[in-house]
Amino acid sequence: MTLLPEKLTCITGAAQSEVGRPSKRTALQLTADACLAAIADAGLSPGDIDGIATYPGKSSEGGGIAPVSPSEAAAVLGIEPRWILASAEGFSHMAPIFNAVTAIACGLARHVVVFRSVAQAQARAVSRASTLMSGARERVDGNNAWTVPYGALSPINTFALYAQAYFAKYGATEAQLGAIAVNSRANAAHNANAIYRKPLTLDDYLASRVISSPLRLFDCDSHIDGSTAIVLSHRDAAKDLRNPPLHIEAMGMAVGGLWVGRHEGDFTSLPAAHRAGRMLWERTDLAPPDMDCAQIYDGFSIHVWMWMEALGLVPPGEACRFVEGGTRIALDGELPLNTGGGQLSAGRFHGYGHIHEATVQLWGRGSERQVRDAKTCVISNGGYGYGAMILRRD
Amino acid sequence: MTQRKLPKLEPETAAYWTSGADGALRIQRCADCGTYQHPPFPHCSTCHGESVSPEVVSGKGHLASFTINYEPWLPGLPVPFVFGVVELAEQVQLYVFTNVLAEIDAVRVGMPLTVQFEQHGDVWLPMFREDAA
Repeated sequence: MTLLPEKLTCITGAAQSEVGRPSKRTALQLTADACLAAIADAGLSPGDIDGIATYPGKSSEGGGIAPVSPSEAAAVLGIEPRWILASAEGFSHMAPIFNAVTAIACGLARHVVVFRSVAQAQARAVSRASTLMSGARERVDGNNAWTVPYGALSPINTFALYAQAYFAKYGATEAQLGAIAVNSRANAAHNANAIYRKPLTLDDYLASRVISSPLRLFDCDSHIDGSTAIVLSHRDAAKDLRNPPLHIEAMGMAVGGLWVGRHEGDFTSLPAAHRAGRMLWERTDLAPPDMDCAQIYDGFSIHVWMWMEALGLVPPGEACRFVEGGTRIALDGELPLNTGGGQLSAGRFHGYGHIHEATVQLWGRGSERQVRDAKTCVISNGGYGYGAMILRRD
Repeated sequence: MTQRKLPKLEPETAAYWTSGADGALRIQRCADCGTYQHPPFPHCSTCHGESVSPEVVSGKGHLASFTINYEPWLPGLPVPFVFGVVELAEQVQLYVFTNVLAEIDAVRVGMPLTVQFEQHGDVWLPMFREDAA
């Protein structure tokens, strides 16, 4: 196999700030907290960092979805990056990581910090409408113009269409979908940084209110304030650092029509996510059964089924039966899933919670939620644009 | 629904949102390869020709999927309502979003639908109801 850029790159440090709903700290403070802790975790000092990247950049719109630019973060960290990137396109949350991989492999940077900060809880405390897709303008434009005029003011309405079509085609049940939320909450009980840690039973799930059928309250992730930072290093620079390097075994990415309102398929799958999955496995000799755990994007619970099938972890139409009852996805099951609580219980980090949790597992930091002998983890991010990654420890 | 947030009429989209002025639904179609596409683009994303223009369609299709929204996202948004996606009769996987004007208990995947416009100023929102025919 040709030498792929991800084979030259490792994850060497990771950290999360405090997570608040809301936090009293500003988004910039939270960003600095996470970045400095991740840099220290790698055994580096800020002066060693020569690249910085984030998703998505900075915008005053979106209710705290994009509160910090990489330039601001570089300034507050006191670093002088040679390589800098803000990547918002396609909601592919992993894009700055993939771009950092290529920058490192090309020699543009040696140690890159990638951060994702959110301040949506602070924004929502001021205005509940701040995170709706209607935006502040008098009229709606772009992608949202196709859905918002019909009262679909939240992404849940779009993904509920996928859930309903999946239920209708495969005969899936609400109890099967509820297994995702119940599993996440059980794992979050062991994660001090998770926002929801009170136990959740399947009966609690089935008794919760329907937001947009068939999706219920507990099928939704939750807005938070917080920041996650990941340090990526060239493999030659990684081996002498503090942590055992986490190899980026493979990466896969795709965008599809969903981002521009053009839907592919029959609403029972995310075809572009399948393309990301195919790319992922083309770049490694590992196969789905080799994965010790999985951190699968769960903006809404239904994303987990779509992604499990897209990644080939289960055949199409089988995710609903695989997760039923929760045994196979539990910490001691055959594929421990969203071991830190996912976004459903740990908060909407837009995929970076999943990446962080993968490092927790592979570095053996999981304590009561540690998956035994975890050496490999598959991670996926995104509802509208799609990224996937396999991390591996020697 | 009293508090609709209306679509901005943009160069590529205005034809869709104003089509109902004469009671007909129009979907952009390529004169070169015959492909319908929605949302509309400045050229055909199948053959890349620029001979794309709005063309009258039957306004009929079936409900590919739906959801019943119970959450009052904004004050004045009456709930519950049905948000759905229609696969138009003219072409496989030619989808438009809509509200289905029906009793919520009667809505089902696959139900036949026909268009019915709702005018708000310079916008004619395509809505769909059950096609009894």
